[in-house]
Amino acid sequence: MIPVFLILLPLLTGIVGFFIKEDNAAKGWALLSAVLTLVVAIAGIYFYPSIQQSFDSAWLPALGSRFTLTMDGMSKMLVLLTAVSFPLIFLATYKNRYKNAGSFYALMLLTQAGLMGVFVANDALLFYFFWELALIPVYFLCSLWGGEKRIAATFKFFIYTFVGSLMMLAGILYLYFQTADHSFAWQSFYAVQMEPSQQSLIFWLFFVAFAIKMPIFPFHTWQPDAYEQSPTATTMVLSGVMVKMGIFAVVKWLIPFFPAAADKYAQIIIVLSVVGMLYASLIAIRQDDIKRLIAYSSIAHIGLMSATLFTNSRVGLEGVMIQMFNHGVNVIGLWIVADAIEQQLGTRKLSELGGLAQKAPVLAILLVVMAFANIALPLTNAFIGEFLMFNGLFSYNIWIAAIAGISIILAAVYTLNMVQKVFYGNTTVVTENAIDISGHIKLALVVLVVVVIALGVYPQPMIDLTKDTVGATMAGK
Amino acid sequence: MNAIILSALLGVVMMFSGIITNNKSVLKYIAAAGLLLLIAANLLDTYALFKININTHGLLSFEKFGLYFNTLAFGATLVYVCLSGSDIEKAGINVAEYFALIFFVLCGISILSGFNGLLMLFLGIEILSIPLYILTGADKRNLKSNEASLKYFLMGSFTTGIMLMGIALFYGATGSFALNAPAIIPTTGGINPSFLQVAALLLLFVAMAFKVSAAPFHFWTPDVYDGAPGVFTSFMATIVKAAGFIAFIRLFQSQSVVLGPTWKIILSFVIIATLLIGNITAVFQQSVKRMLAYSSIAQAGFMLFALFAGNDLAREGIILYSVAYSLATIGIFAVLIKMSDYTFDGFNGLAKKHPVLAFTTTIFLLSLAGIPLTAGFFAKYYMLAAVVKEGGALWLVIIALFFAAVSVYYYFKVIQAMYFKEGDAETTEITGAFKTGLVLLAAFVILIGIWPSIILNGFYF
Repeated sequence: MIPVFLILLPLLTGIVGFFIKEDNAAKGWALLSAVLTLVVAIAGIYFYPSIQQSFDSAWLPALGSRFTLTMDGMSKMLVLLTAVSFPLIFLATYKNRYKNAGSFYALMLLTQAGLMGVFVANDALLFYFFWELALIPVYFLCSLWGGEKRIAATFKFFIYTFVGSLMMLAGILYLYFQTADHSFAWQSFYAVQMEPSQQSLIFWLFFVAFAIKMPIFPFHTWQPDAYEQSPTATTMVLSGVMVKMGIFAVVKWLIPFFPAAADKYAQIIIVLSVVGMLYASLIAIRQDDIKRLIAYSSIAHIGLMSATLFTNSRVGLEGVMIQMFNHGVNVIGLWIVADAIEQQLGTRKLSELGGLAQKAPVLAILLVVMAFANIALPLTNAFIGEFLMFNGLFSYNIWIAAIAGISIILAAVYTLNMVQKVFYGNTTVVTENAIDISGHIKLALVVLVVVVIALGVYPQPMIDLTKDTVGATMAGK
Repeated sequence: MNAIILSALLGVVMMFSGIITNNKSVLKYIAAAGLLLLIAANLLDTYALFKININTHGLLSFEKFGLYFNTLAFGATLVYVCLSGSDIEKAGINVAEYFALIFFVLCGISILSGFNGLLMLFLGIEILSIPLYILTGADKRNLKSNEASLKYFLMGSFTTGIMLMGIALFYGATGSFALNAPAIIPTTGGINPSFLQVAALLLLFVAMAFKVSAAPFHFWTPDVYDGAPGVFTSFMATIVKAAGFIAFIRLFQSQSVVLGPTWKIILSFVIIATLLIGNITAVFQQSVKRMLAYSSIAQAGFMLFALFAGNDLAREGIILYSVAYSLATIGIFAVLIKMSDYTFDGFNGLAKKHPVLAFTTTIFLLSLAGIPLTAGFFAKYYMLAAVVKEGGALWLVIIALFFAAVSVYYYFKVIQAMYFKEGDAETTEITGAFKTGLVLLAAFVILIGIWPSIILNGFYF
């Protein structure tokens, strides 16, 4: 029953949220709902027996689709990430003002319901449902509360992902008619034996959907615009949690079904991912807008995960699992800092900022930790993940690993450059009267920093949590 | 048979009720009551509780499939009358006649869902079409409405000619009007009857493709749908079109064998052309009404998949598609008629002024676009699944899905106008009852989107 609660709780509280007229009440309601979801998630994952962690009920008997929800290690980890992210996001942006706050928070909660559904669905049709359900509220969030060019940017984002989803639907339909028992269950899909030649087309149909969502080069062009134009709270969800849908789906819904095709096309995908890493890193160096900088940096990080997925290496896959969680934590931290700066000073341009460390020392310290995590310095959580992933890449091909390694240096360049331009040097007209961040942002960032350091020193809990998924995925190959 | 007789009678009743009462809104209630009666009579027929039997010598046959379609078509008409009834009153002066004509169209629909011989097909199509020509021209003082009516009438009669030609050739080939009649084996020389039959079927195909506005026989659609008064476009584009598809499928499910492999080639050409023209042209429209006309062509492209697959899944699918598409389109048109400006800009800022209207329209648009959790998703799903099940045409499915993505563009333009653009959307007066109706309809669309079985189980129970 736990996964049902995880979906229903945000869904129902979200629907109620539409009817809350008073802004502060809506904020409080959303925060309460998110905290409750977090409690349910932690209790469900760590304190309830595994029998409670799945759910199965008839849904569409004529189609062979059942309402089946299960949680394996990777699901649990991503459910945790989703559950942890939302309260922190609500907390960090607590003072932000939105028109029709009730609807804003309601849509945020609906997004959370969709995300939870994607991570726990074990039936392909159900998975597709949630995949779309997570997208629709985001479309409205970005279009209604976003920046100047929001409508065009969001529409591009929507069309991209929608085309991907439809391709996946064609793939799902094809696989469905190949199953012995005409069922959408994951197990039935897994049992389908396809000739390698048959696998290719269906593999790409699925892969395009996931590649757009991640996004990897050359499917990434929607991403910087969407991240920049969305309200920052939504951007946090997009980059912290939603991109993980793509990686999650590759591990759960792609590689197990098409092992032969995955091997066959591994090289193309790895090369594309690595090209994307370098390309995004180079562009990130040139950015003046903090949001765009983080967006491109995110493409680079995702590229590494996507490349590692196809190296067929156990260590690499462990790295991806850890990094999925860590990237979520780190990137949300960076967005919180960016949002704090923008809310207070009204600009995100590096060229207009400077000397903020004197005015806001606490923010500076917290950002530096987050920045170190973004570069994957030892003792931060990202170090262990990236180390394992590069290990996997190295065992696949030493040259590719070496080229991908350049992106680490580039990451240091753009991240430290950002830190320097924002916090050091002389104060500018804009930053002259800046003050330090208020309590709620501090609290959110401190929680994140604690997670960053704790998982950096002792990553074992994450490795243990996702052990079974790694084992099952590697055993299937 | 119940439905055919009663709908014709009700048409006459409606005509005369215009003499008895001058109160326009009373007519609406009489019509609604008539529709309820019609549904009840049809249900009695379906469950063999009470049926009128007239020997038609095999020209009509009533199976569950056709009767169930009748129920749904009458139900959708009831929804339409409830939502847009007050706008029918405003369409012109002869309100009673409009309702009468709608009942005659329903009579045509009940024949089309039960025909078993080509003569009945012809009668059904004509009984269906002639009232539509009149309804299209209902707005007598509007030049566009007159033009649309004349255009529709001329093109329609021309197609009727083609259809009759096909029927004549069919009779020549088989010596019968019956759908399942085999071709006569020639004893002496002369023209090979199977050739005659192929020619007949191609002519019939053209005529039917015209009726369901499949490309390249779609040219009348945008002008007629745009020119006709909005209320009647709503009826034509939905329930009538669905009936056309039912007839199309009835005709070709037994006859497509005759055409052999050519059948699928012709059909895939028509499907791709319909999807292409419908979707691409809809993108460039300035008027929502005209966009909906092209979108109805595009939706026809999807419905043609039922013909392409021709299996059980397709038969279930066409029913679901008809319901999903009709309900959503009736809902959008009901809102559109209330707008004083039919362009996209006319919808600017509707969300602020009438949040209920904007929200329900969004649900309907999402359904037309085929987004999950709405009825439209399962409608498209069934169509595509039926084709994938037949095998060998995955490429066609992928093309269709690309066009489904294109359709998102123009449907979402309306959503963008309503929610994201500033403006002062002018509407006529919106009553509480109208809003309630819309909300109920939207809720039903979502309900089908979660449990399509509520529609599909009707086949089996």
